[in-house]
Amino acid sequence: MAVGTEYLAEQPKLRTSAIVLGAIAIAALLAAPFFFYPVLLMSILCFALFACAFNLLIGYVGLLSFGHAAFFGGAAYFTAHAAKVWGWEPLAAILLGVAGAAAMGLVMGFLAIRRQGIYFAMITLALSQMFAFICLQVPFTHGEDGIQGVPRGHLLGIIDLNQPLAMYYVTLAIFLFGFFAIWRIVHSPFGNILKAIRENERRAVSLGYRVDRYKLGAFVMSAALAGLAGGTKAIVFQFATLTDVQWQMSGEVILMTLLGGIGTLIGPIVGASLVIALQNYLAASDFPVTVLIGIIFVICVLLFRRGIVGEILEFTKRRSKGAA
Amino acid sequence: MSTIFGIPTPALYGQILIGLINGSFYAMLSLGLAVIFGLLRVINFAHGAQYMLGAFAAYLLLNWLGINYWLALVLAPLVVGAVAVVIERTMLSRLYGVDHLYGLLLTFGLALILEGAFRYWFGAAGQPYAAPSQLTGAVNLGFMFMPIYRGWVVIASLVVCIGTWLLIEKTRLGAYLRAATENATLVQAFGVNVPLLLTLTYGLGAALAALAGVLAAPIYQVSPLMGSNLIIIVFAVVVVGGMGSILGAIVTGYVLGVLEGLTKVFYPEASSIVIFVVMAIVLLVRPAGLFGREE
Repeated sequence: MAVGTEYLAEQPKLRTSAIVLGAIAIAALLAAPFFFYPVLLMSILCFALFACAFNLLIGYVGLLSFGHAAFFGGAAYFTAHAAKVWGWEPLAAILLGVAGAAAMGLVMGFLAIRRQGIYFAMITLALSQMFAFICLQVPFTHGEDGIQGVPRGHLLGIIDLNQPLAMYYVTLAIFLFGFFAIWRIVHSPFGNILKAIRENERRAVSLGYRVDRYKLGAFVMSAALAGLAGGTKAIVFQFATLTDVQWQMSGEVILMTLLGGIGTLIGPIVGASLVIALQNYLAASDFPVTVLIGIIFVICVLLFRRGIVGEILEFTKRRSKGAA
Repeated sequence: MSTIFGIPTPALYGQILIGLINGSFYAMLSLGLAVIFGLLRVINFAHGAQYMLGAFAAYLLLNWLGINYWLALVLAPLVVGAVAVVIERTMLSRLYGVDHLYGLLLTFGLALILEGAFRYWFGAAGQPYAAPSQLTGAVNLGFMFMPIYRGWVVIASLVVCIGTWLLIEKTRLGAYLRAATENATLVQAFGVNVPLLLTLTYGLGAALAALAGVLAAPIYQVSPLMGSNLIIIVFAVVVVGGMGSILGAIVTGYVLGVLEGLTKVFYPEASSIVIFVVMAIVLLVRPAGLFGREE
């Protein structure tokens, strides 16, 4: 399913240009709130991290989870509850969300990795739907209303997050931390074994790897990072609602990753930016967003399964091969 | 008034009946999913949308053209089946060579388009669709009153399920279908037109979903979202039953429907999640599903 693009690391020239591009991107992100609406940017950062976390699973282990909304939305609920009802400091509240998402990932992953391929997708979807039903019924989520008016509070008791710029830079820092964590995971020996499982699971088994443990480990990490995104989103937007735990959200994150490029590091970021920008743009018109998302899905699957970044990488790869 | 485990019997029978009705829809939909998956290796996420299309087709046939329920029961599956044939020919058939997950993603996108469009045109609220006059009213079964339409749905769904099973197990077409499921290349070498068989199978599966939609219209109302909520439960049913067996899909559908109904009586809070809990237990005990084969 995934497009192998570890090729950046193999080419020194491209590696330098990747570092330069990364530096430019970080500089642009630092300057961005002076040119764009910070809330939109923060929304993009949260969803980009969510998509990167999802991509860790589909792009590097080859597992299509149709239930990642449970971790994203679940963490949002945990964080919102801790910050509002218990009055926790925002970072601690987000960490609680991460821990909660990781615990859910452990349970859901343990069940889901017992089947493969399409069944894995259906099981994760069913389990996340079960979680959504639970969220609808338990009192602490406040049903249809959700948890509203979550205080942003003071980071570590010092930095006032009600300042839009402070909130933006904290969100950016969290995003960069999450992205770096994923980069480290993918380029570690552990990540290599994940890729081996993706390419040929039986062979990985015959080499003596306990494939199930690696899959579960990756599932929990992906869930925890999705939780990091969800918890941050709850602090940024100051609410947590059922929208974030429902299957449509799982579908959206799949779309972001598919559109940007499954198995590429920056593809999910590109995909998330496009989808969020598009939703933001369409919010003013009465064109149904779901229809558009569906159309993009169909076009991606039929015409460019590598996604935008994946196709660009494939193009440059082919061109450099042609030149050599 | 008589009681069982402290529950008044009419309430118990009532919930069992509702469970049987829900089970009828689970059975019909998981049957269609299993037939499509068996041959095409595609999980048809649009199955819920096709069920919704069936219900809307009946609703629109009645309100725009004055065509009654009985004709809609035939026409709606034909229309939806035809749409599905076009989808299979123009889109799905391009994906047979790539990972099966892309089929799931494509049909997911199609489901979003269909649901989004109908929601845009008709709003999220349900539209009432009256049961045909021949099937209104209720009969006294001695131990409970049963609305005639609900009895009809249970019987009709049983007929549809058994009919489909017979079609697959006892006819020449079904034999081709089963053979192609085992080894499509070999069947094609024998001169059977396998691409046509794939198209027909997808059309048949979608038509089954649409038929279920028409049957459901007078019970659940016609709404754009009626399919998406149902399809996820049906996925869980399919995981429990395992997709290896047609009969298994049918039996699992009814049993889980009744189980859900009973949960509503004894522990209502858990009724919306009981099928998922069963799925989790089955995954722990028998990962391939109750009737499934390990692949």
